Amino acid sequence: MKLVEAIIKPFKLDEVKDALLEVGVQGMTVSEVKGFGRQKGHKETYRGTEYTIEFVPKVKIEVAVADGQVQRVIETITRTARTGSIGDGKIFVRDLGAVVRIRTGETGESAL
Amino acid sequence: MTILTRCGIGILPAVMFVALTASGVWAQGVAGTQGPARINSGDTAWVLASTALVLAMIAPGLTLFYGGLVRSKNVLGTIMHSFVILCLVSVMWVLWGYSLVYGPDRGGVIGGLDWAGLSGVGLDPNPSHGPTIPHQAFVLFQLMFAAFTPALITGAFAERMRFSALLLFAVLWSVFIYSPLAHWLWAGGWLARLGAVDFAGGAVVHTSAGVSALACALVLGRRRGYGSDYMAPHNLPFVLVGTGLLWFGWLGFNGGSALGANATAVGALMATHLAAATAALAWMVAEWLHRGKPTALGVASGAVAGLATVTAGAGYVGPLSAMLVGVAAGLSCYLVIVWKGKIGYDDTLDVVGIHGVGGVVGMLATGLLASSAVNPGGPDGLFFGHAAQFGILKLVDGLIGLRISPEEEAIGLDLSQHNERAYS
Repeated sequence: MKLVEAIIKPFKLDEVKDALLEVGVQGMTVSEVKGFGRQKGHKETYRGTEYTIEFVPKVKIEVAVADGQVQRVIETITRTARTGSIGDGKIFVRDLGAVVRIRTGETGESAL
Repeated sequence: MTILTRCGIGILPAVMFVALTASGVWAQGVAGTQGPARINSGDTAWVLASTALVLAMIAPGLTLFYGGLVRSKNVLGTIMHSFVILCLVSVMWVLWGYSLVYGPDRGGVIGGLDWAGLSGVGLDPNPSHGPTIPHQAFVLFQLMFAAFTPALITGAFAERMRFSALLLFAVLWSVFIYSPLAHWLWAGGWLARLGAVDFAGGAVVHTSAGVSALACALVLGRRRGYGSDYMAPHNLPFVLVGTGLLWFGWLGFNGGSALGANATAVGALMATHLAAATAALAWMVAEWLHRGKPTALGVASGAVAGLATVTAGAGYVGPLSAMLVGVAAGLSCYLVIVWKGKIGYDDTLDVVGIHGVGGVVGMLATGLLASSAVNPGGPDGLFFGHAAQFGILKLVDGLIGLRISPEEEAIGLDLSQHNERAYS
């Protein structure tokens, strides 16, 4: 099992979510985050005072998936979250040690 | 608790004074109702309407303008400054302020206390203070100016002033700076005798506020994190709505200063409106060329700079001259505000850059553009305001402490001074 973490542009969230549901993902966790990569921030000017805003608002999606599903999920996110311009985000994949469904106590892939 | 106690002690005599004088005021009000026919209803209506317009400049105009410029943790505290000064000055104005400014002249320096508690100030017109309107209409109109001016200064110490210190400061400032200055220029004081003209308050209101603001910013010091932390305005739509209301009210501020529904009022309105419009455009173009983008805050700041600048000469300059004043206002205030960033004093909401510079430019322009009007009063008024200001600030600092603690500053005025939050 893997945990796929994708940092994407906020306005792409709905598109990515719909596409993931279509390829069989059952659930996900979403949080509003801030950060920067190569995009860096933007500049704001108020009465001549300039501020550099380094941390840009982003959305983080976390999806826990079975090993066989990982490639498809990554492709789906890459396809739908891309705009082609700088700041499209990143996908991190890590191994998932255990999963438990709290209601039933099921563990492993059947709990996904 | 100690702050509350100190305030309580200060307020008590004032309350007693109100109680003592209330009966006298009441009697005058009744006696004056059978005023003679010299009262002109058109003039009176215009001055009353203008009074309401100037009130709208303070609240909600200035409160929104300033409230939007600060960070969200300080918005209520900032709005409170203007609101409470309005209430405080209103009470003081009736008790002694009006008399200090407009009461019988004492050596060209100050008005006597003969009219304290509005004693002898009834509904009949006074020949030298609005000869065609009830005397109390003049009192009310001038009250709004007396309240607007210290409210303007609060922009210089926004986000870090102790509330009780603000109250004491407003009282002292009104008595020791505003009253003499307004008397000198508007009530036959020595500057007026020299030939200085100040139509609606370019010197008395805007330059004095700007100069005092500079002193405040210097004595109080910068906000913590100034120059490194993100301190952008928390709500620019507030600022723009506030600008619109200031602009709206300013038509009464300058137009009403004609003290009648007459040709001077029309000229003042024309000049006021045109100066605001051209100054907004001038600032926008300057910023566009200098920084690459025209900003909404720039247009708003330019409009207010134009309004402040035209105030001194609104009744004396024609439409094209007013537009020249506007261009000068937009460009000069923009330059000073860019330059301020390099100097490093923290005039938080740019009272110096907009009102101080605007006031001085306006007085100079009035001298140049107005027909048969000169103004040597600017530099003298400037110097007086600056020197006296330091004394007042040091006194308040010694008595109460001007500035909130570093922790309180981090929490913000709203929670630390008022136990509430704007957006919860």
